[in-house]
Amino acid sequence: MAKKGEPIIEVEGIDTRFGDHVIHENLDLTVKRGEVIGIVGGSGTGKSVLLRTILGLKKPDAGRVRVFGIDFTTLPEEERRRNEQRWGVLFQDGALFSALTVAENIQVPYREHLHLSQQLMDELAAIKVAMVGLRDTAGALYPSELSGGMRKRAGLARALALDPEILFLDEPTAGLDPIGAAAFDELINDLKETLGLTVFLVTHDLDSLHATCDRIAVLAEKHVILVGTIDDMLRSSHPWIHEYFHGPRARAALAGK
Amino acid sequence: MKDVRQTGAALAVRLWRRHIGFFRSLSGGSRRLTAEIGGILAGPGQRRDGGERPQGAAACHIGIENRVLHIEATGDWSIVHLDPVDRELRAVTSGEIEADSAVIDFSGISRFDTASATVLERTAFFLGERGLKVDLKGVNDAQQLLLDKIDSCGIPEPVRVPGPPLYVEILGKIGETTRAIGNEAQGMLGFIGGVMSAIGRTIRHPGRFRMVPFVHHMEKSGFDALPLVCLLTFLIGAVVAQQGAVQLRTFGAEVFTVNLIAIIFLREVGLLLTAIIVAGRSGSAFTAEIGSMKMREEIDAMRTLGLDPMDMLVVPRVAALMITLPLLTFIADIMGLIGGGIVVQVMLGMSPAVYIDRVASAVDFWTIAVGLIKAPFMAAVIALVGCRAGLSVTGSAESVGAMTTSSVVRSIFLVIVLDALFAMFFTAVGI
Repeated sequence: MAKKGEPIIEVEGIDTRFGDHVIHENLDLTVKRGEVIGIVGGSGTGKSVLLRTILGLKKPDAGRVRVFGIDFTTLPEEERRRNEQRWGVLFQDGALFSALTVAENIQVPYREHLHLSQQLMDELAAIKVAMVGLRDTAGALYPSELSGGMRKRAGLARALALDPEILFLDEPTAGLDPIGAAAFDELINDLKETLGLTVFLVTHDLDSLHATCDRIAVLAEKHVILVGTIDDMLRSSHPWIHEYFHGPRARAALAGK
Repeated sequence: MKDVRQTGAALAVRLWRRHIGFFRSLSGGSRRLTAEIGGILAGPGQRRDGGERPQGAAACHIGIENRVLHIEATGDWSIVHLDPVDRELRAVTSGEIEADSAVIDFSGISRFDTASATVLERTAFFLGERGLKVDLKGVNDAQQLLLDKIDSCGIPEPVRVPGPPLYVEILGKIGETTRAIGNEAQGMLGFIGGVMSAIGRTIRHPGRFRMVPFVHHMEKSGFDALPLVCLLTFLIGAVVAQQGAVQLRTFGAEVFTVNLIAIIFLREVGLLLTAIIVAGRSGSAFTAEIGSMKMREEIDAMRTLGLDPMDMLVVPRVAALMITLPLLTFIADIMGLIGGGIVVQVMLGMSPAVYIDRVASAVDFWTIAVGLIKAPFMAAVIALVGCRAGLSVTGSAESVGAMTTSSVVRSIFLVIVLDALFAMFFTAVGI
């Protein structure tokens, strides 16, 4: 296992455009192994686009992305697939396969990539279901039978199926009630501790930022304008950052700490 | 070093077993697996039987010494290499054990993850259940953290009642379907009533009628359907004429091909074809449009703004289709006759003037009227079924797809049933 603190995701000089609309221009970001990094920014600043670019779902118009020190675009198909198993992704609404139960969803990567007995797969699925804080009966349910919060937890269980090194979360607490959101933050912290995860967290949720993130990266003006701890954010004089971290909602979130 | 908690170990093992049995019973019995997802589950990686174990992969050395069971785990215990050792350990815990205590040695493990923690924790539990005193040796801090996590997860509630016997399930299914049909018939009747009263209101207050959507739907379901309807009925007309001419020639009665085309098209085929095309084109569109509005809560928004979805969405569609379907049917009749006429000219050498003359003598007013009278009724059925299916959509995107399919199937079914009823009626009144 590689050391804590070394760079695990390196984004260098990314340009992203949709037609004439420029989303990212010369964007740099480095994520260190073992940290929880929160990505914040106003709507339309391309937080989710950045996530998709790192995952290789969207090709940047210029620049380079390296994860685990590997440039995925130059990798042969077979090796790329093997390395993709080293990360897990939770999409906004869980993105569970609707024709499969939760347990079967969790088992998809096992069946696809490994050779395990059904018995062991059932045990592992049951453990993952319990690990993300779902009732064990949830394994038998179909995604349409779950509430939004449960779907997110089930999506997290599937993302964790292969014990990834990096966990990507796209607005995990959006649409959850405050209690559910707080429980989810706690779950992230707990999993990070026990599994030694690096977490890449795209969020709007100030409470989440306070509760889970080691560092925060602010996306604005088409690139990352500041990376640092909460205290760095509070000290920053940049108008957008100041407004974000000193607004009425931010004060409330801070007061709660 | 860790002692497995002897107290409560038996209970935990029992829970483990239920827990596992529960998931196992699921994997076999999933009936909703669609073909493509079934493909995912039976993916290429499924049958990759590992021959030689790679260097450094997980291994366990098992031996009994002085009635002490030694399990020494070494190598890379990550999930990739776990299957063989999992089978070995399962064999140990389910076989005869001539020992009073067990020692599981973790110190040789190079890689450890939740899956290996699960397997070893389970092994310890099962040995505990067999009355052995279990020691975990050489566990480092990170491994201990994972083991504790797995331990805290393994306390599921007992679940899973076995399903009912097959005959009960079959009877239940029949009952459910019967009830669903009854409910649906009742719902449809209520819906027709609702539309009727909305039409009545519109007639009393003509100002409420939505002219713009009415014209829009006439264009979309009528005018835009013209090319398709024309082409298909033209081709069917030609095919019917060709087959008819070949068969009738054996009796020397090929002249009557004209009567065959004229009567079959004007009375039945022109309308049926058009109705089925429109059901597939416009009926499904009605369901999809209204269904996606329902899904995005637009229908609820309408109600809160004091607008009646019946007036806004249903009445214009029903009215538009009731006007366009007879028109389309008339054009379809003409196109069928033209298609037949061309075949007749080519095969029998009959000139267009003679053909028109013979068609005119073969049909009377009622031949055409029978076809056109039926059209508005079929239009009403298609539009009502389509709109009702759209309004029955529930929150999800899948339900829009399901309702669209069922709306097309139902409206085509009802169109044909209705046609049969009309045939009986016209026979009874002697037309």
